[in-house]
Amino acid sequence: MKIVTVCGMGFGTSLMLLMDIQSIAKGHGYEVNGEAVDLGSAKGMSCDFMVASSEISTELQDEPMEVISINNLLDKDEIESKVMPIIKRLAEKG
Amino acid sequence: MLVLTEELIELDIKAENAEDAIRKAGQLLVNAGLAEDRYVDAMVKGFQDVGPYIVIAPHIAFPHARPESGALGKGVSIVRLSEPVVFGHPSNDPITLVCALCGTDSTSHIEMLQALANLLRDEEKLNMIMNTATTKEDILSII
Repeated sequence: MKIVTVCGMGFGTSLMLLMDIQSIAKGHGYEVNGEAVDLGSAKGMSCDFMVASSEISTELQDEPMEVISINNLLDKDEIESKVMPIIKRLAEKG
Repeated sequence: MLVLTEELIELDIKAENAEDAIRKAGQLLVNAGLAEDRYVDAMVKGFQDVGPYIVIAPHIAFPHARPESGALGKGVSIVRLSEPVVFGHPSNDPITLVCALCGTDSTSHIEMLQALANLLRDEEKLNMIMNTATTKEDILSII
């Protein structure tokens, strides 16, 4: 399973988000590969799903895969509740 | 690891708008020798071009620019506004806390970013930073 996390400039919030998602997934027993990129690089990338802050996710509407939107990047509960269902679903599909 | 000094903190200052707030937070980085003037311009331009993506949580913004835009070191400044300012974010406006970030390459500042995030995830500490701290020493004491 590969995810892409996206932020405006690729400075670090995307990487912060990726590390949080990986640690949350690990807590549930899932291994998630990922890449943290800026908005420009994200367009056209292939992955199972993307995760971005709410502001950035609207710029990714044309991407073919599901894009998960996070309002509060400091809120691990929000990240967990939005990301885990799709990770579980993808894992079951194999 | 979060390195903060008094010169990187301003409490209860007034900003006219989002750009002014970003510039005031950026100026602290410049004053501390962590960034060139053009880094502040780049932060403002990023905000204008890409939108309020720097608003990462309710009432909190992390303005930043690319390392090559004039970052001289790794650091963060903390500005608490006396009156909240609208950044144009659909759910997290208005902004009270502006933390300007800079780093000299794409990875060295990640630890700093995480330390800052973990600090602001602590509800008690966040409440102190946002509301109850009255002096710069108060802020330094909880970091």
